[in-house]
Amino acid sequence: MTDALTNGGSPIETTVLGADEIILNMGPQHPSTHGVLRVKLKLDGERVLSTECIIGYLHRGVEKIAEHRSYQQFAPYVDRMDYVAAVSNGLGYCETVEKLLGAEAPPRARVVRTILTELQRIASHLLWLGTHALDIGALTPVFYCFREREEILKIFEKYCGARLTTHAFRIGGLQYETYDEFETDVKRFCDDFSGKVDEYETLLTENRIWVGRTKGVGILSTADAIALGVTGPMLRASGLKWDLRKAQPYAAYDQYEFDIPTGKNGDTYDRYLVRMEEMRQSRRICLQAIENIPSGPIMAKVGKVLKPPPGEVYHSIEAPKGELGYYAVSDGTTQPYRVRVRPPSFINLQALDKMARGALVADLVAIIGTTDIVLGEVDR
Amino acid sequence: MSHLIPPAIAPFVVPVICGIVLVAVFPLLAGYIVLLERKLMADMQARLGPMRVGPHGLLQPIADAFKLLIKEDIIPQGADKFMFYVAPLISVTMALVAFSAMPFGPVFQIADLNVGLLFIVAVGSLGIYGIVLGGWSSNSHYSLIGALRSAAQLVSYETAAGLALVSALLLAGSLSMKDIVQAQADQGVWFIFVVPIGFFIYFVSSIAETNRAPFDLPEAESELVAGYMTEYSGFRWALYFLAEYANMVIVAGIATTLFLGGWLRPFPGNHQHLIGTPFELLDALPSLLFLGVALYCLSLVPRQPVQVQKLFMAGVAGACVLLAAVMALTLFPPFDAAREGVHGAFWFMAKVGGYVYTFLWVRFTFPRYRFDQLMRLGWRFLIPLALVNVLVVSASIVVQQNWEWKHPVVSTVVTTAIMLAVAFWLAEEGAKPEPAPQPADGE
Amino acid sequence: MIDKFLFLFFAVLMIGSAIMMVTRRNIVHSAVYLITTLLATAGIFLQLKAEFLFVVQIILYVGGIMVLFIFVIMLVNLDVAIRMVQFSRQGFVAGILALVLAVQIFLALWIGRAGLPAPAIHAMPPKNTEAVAEALFQHYMLPFEIASILLLVAMIGAVVMAKRRV
Repeated sequence: MTDALTNGGSPIETTVLGADEIILNMGPQHPSTHGVLRVKLKLDGERVLSTECIIGYLHRGVEKIAEHRSYQQFAPYVDRMDYVAAVSNGLGYCETVEKLLGAEAPPRARVVRTILTELQRIASHLLWLGTHALDIGALTPVFYCFREREEILKIFEKYCGARLTTHAFRIGGLQYETYDEFETDVKRFCDDFSGKVDEYETLLTENRIWVGRTKGVGILSTADAIALGVTGPMLRASGLKWDLRKAQPYAAYDQYEFDIPTGKNGDTYDRYLVRMEEMRQSRRICLQAIENIPSGPIMAKVGKVLKPPPGEVYHSIEAPKGELGYYAVSDGTTQPYRVRVRPPSFINLQALDKMARGALVADLVAIIGTTDIVLGEVDR
Repeated sequence: MSHLIPPAIAPFVVPVICGIVLVAVFPLLAGYIVLLERKLMADMQARLGPMRVGPHGLLQPIADAFKLLIKEDIIPQGADKFMFYVAPLISVTMALVAFSAMPFGPVFQIADLNVGLLFIVAVGSLGIYGIVLGGWSSNSHYSLIGALRSAAQLVSYETAAGLALVSALLLAGSLSMKDIVQAQADQGVWFIFVVPIGFFIYFVSSIAETNRAPFDLPEAESELVAGYMTEYSGFRWALYFLAEYANMVIVAGIATTLFLGGWLRPFPGNHQHLIGTPFELLDALPSLLFLGVALYCLSLVPRQPVQVQKLFMAGVAGACVLLAAVMALTLFPPFDAAREGVHGAFWFMAKVGGYVYTFLWVRFTFPRYRFDQLMRLGWRFLIPLALVNVLVVSASIVVQQNWEWKHPVVSTVVTTAIMLAVAFWLAEEGAKPEPAPQPADGE
Repeated sequence: MIDKFLFLFFAVLMIGSAIMMVTRRNIVHSAVYLITTLLATAGIFLQLKAEFLFVVQIILYVGGIMVLFIFVIMLVNLDVAIRMVQFSRQGFVAGILALVLAVQIFLALWIGRAGLPAPAIHAMPPKNTEAVAEALFQHYMLPFEIASILLLVAMIGAVVMAKRRV
């Protein structure tokens, strides 16, 4: 691993230190880095002068594997990238290959896909909230968040048999019909959920200590965010109202009404508020979708053996963490020539240095938490 | 019985017995406070807590103590052996010595020093050495920094705590713990109703004094710098932990004595009697409370899933009934002499328990303060507030004494209003963003 | 009887700690022995029925000033001190001089023991706290205030010096 990574244009000289500067290594085993992330910090006393992320501890060669699997065989692998929000990964991949094939999932499949993806968004944000609060020292929200997440995972399990790495969708639509109590389960969850979000807000949003720990911490300006390619709630909290569900609608999102929350200052507190509001909006989408699931086939006519015509396609979706993109190149055979993934956490992690410079060491934990990274996605 | 004891050692008998009881009982009690904390934490987090070891986890502290005793005793290489041995001992000793001046009841007190309160504060400040020497002797950079931070936090909040205590002392007029409670009995009101802001300041400072959340950054696991206890394993660590819980009970005891009326029952000045009987109405409260708890436990018996748990719950109800009987028994003539002692101990324990419960409650609710925010809170909010509090309370007392102003309620309301105004002003000052920090802020 | 025993205990502790303090190589050990010396002094205050001084000695001296000492020692890396020569080479001469001084003091006290004031424990003194308070706030109010202002100036000076970057 080479040390001389360019960092905002200026290479860190790890061998030449100023008088008071020290190098501190955080991770790869650390309770707060949320995975195997190693961060090399250059500190002056308590202030962070620069950070250097050393990744790759979870690299499994997923993209290389794709070149040696057929399109359907590769689908379970994408779940393992962002293992916290597996359903979104699956959605992105299936839609990409459908674009390559020139096929389209039938309306019923699109609506069920939307419902499951929005439930997954809520689950991902719940996990983020619980662990972020835990890092900052609030011991209780994590248990409440996992209690709600449990309900969602039960729905997934009843639907496709798996809680975490779901492989819920197939190329061309869905494999499984929705189970009998699907609508009632989702409706019951959505009805309970807004009260629960209010509970989390009571614990945290107006809490002086929470505000003191998150306001003004890890500020990312709009210009910086755009320049770094940051997407998702981080970009929206920095002020730009950009959501792929509205900008380039996919699945069934164009049929539903929902708002895109944005923040003003781009600090940790704004990102917290944006994600909380996103959970409420996801619930809103779910409620609208559940009212009216169209009947019909769940699978398009794509045939058993998939041989897309040669060509390339880039398709991206709004995953809970940001823009998740797949760039698939087909050479006419049953195995893709190349599948390149644009993981949102990988790109968002680049903003860590910008946000952490000048912050105190104790804030670094909050900043890493607010970036909402999943190392499976960063490393693939 | 008293003719059996030679006069030379007669004054030492009661204190020695109290001391033995304390030292023997307290470690067990601390273990059960830990269990209580785990169960409370679990309850607030929608789960059950320790359930396996003993019914409802009641033997968990015993199992934990046993495990800690048989653990390997690891001493880091290069550590200063003597200091490493001695540091936890200092913490525990100071915590236990502070109990000697604590009045658990009108009779149960080891030594009623006439500077009792200052003695407890002094011994508490000696406990800092246990932390500092422990962190230094571990021969680890992070332990040392954590220990120094912890000590700096303790020293900062000691000032605010002391000033808050002064505002209650002004009302009591003496430093002796017994006299302070007596003053509350004479004035017929707990001091918390006269100086509520002083109580608030003391409450917040005491959380910081005992290194509890939200002021527990020096010992938090998810921070970069681990605390002074890192290199301590096995029973040495248990001693530090014991010292921390003993400190919690001590600050609870100080707060109870000074603000919550010590061993006095609520409304100590109210002597209304039960109609036709020589008993005071409010003296029946302890028995009624225990009976209430017993009835609640009995109501829970049918809902227990397992036979053993049913029996256990019924047993708890029975114990509560027994205690209620004891409390009621001391109201009647042959046992009258013990009434003050027994009821006093009950009320003291109840208040200390409530205070400690609030500590635990606060721990699970709030996130953690960052170290600089913690110090800012101590120096720029609590200390100015405590100073103004002392001034305002003194002014109020002078006005009452010199101008014959006989309306204590009005003066309390006025002083509280002034203090709240100052508190809000200080809080607004603190919420303003700090000026841009200098480019290189040294530690 | 108990009084004599306690006094002996505190006195031996004080002198022993003082000797240990000046002979240790490790500076933190020296600081700890200074702490025990001060605690023994506090014990003797208590024996002289000066209970307020006893607690204040502990709170301020041991719990405040020594904590500062220890902070400074630990923050500044003083490993260098361990390797330095502990005592000057003229230790032998210094020891003889100290012995001569001790004998002189002892003789002076012994010969003049009739002139020493009688132990004043018989009269019941007013409570120490009240006595100190009365002295400080009534008889010696002005020096007290002047000392307070001096301390305040010192504090402000320290804060100003610490804020400025060297």
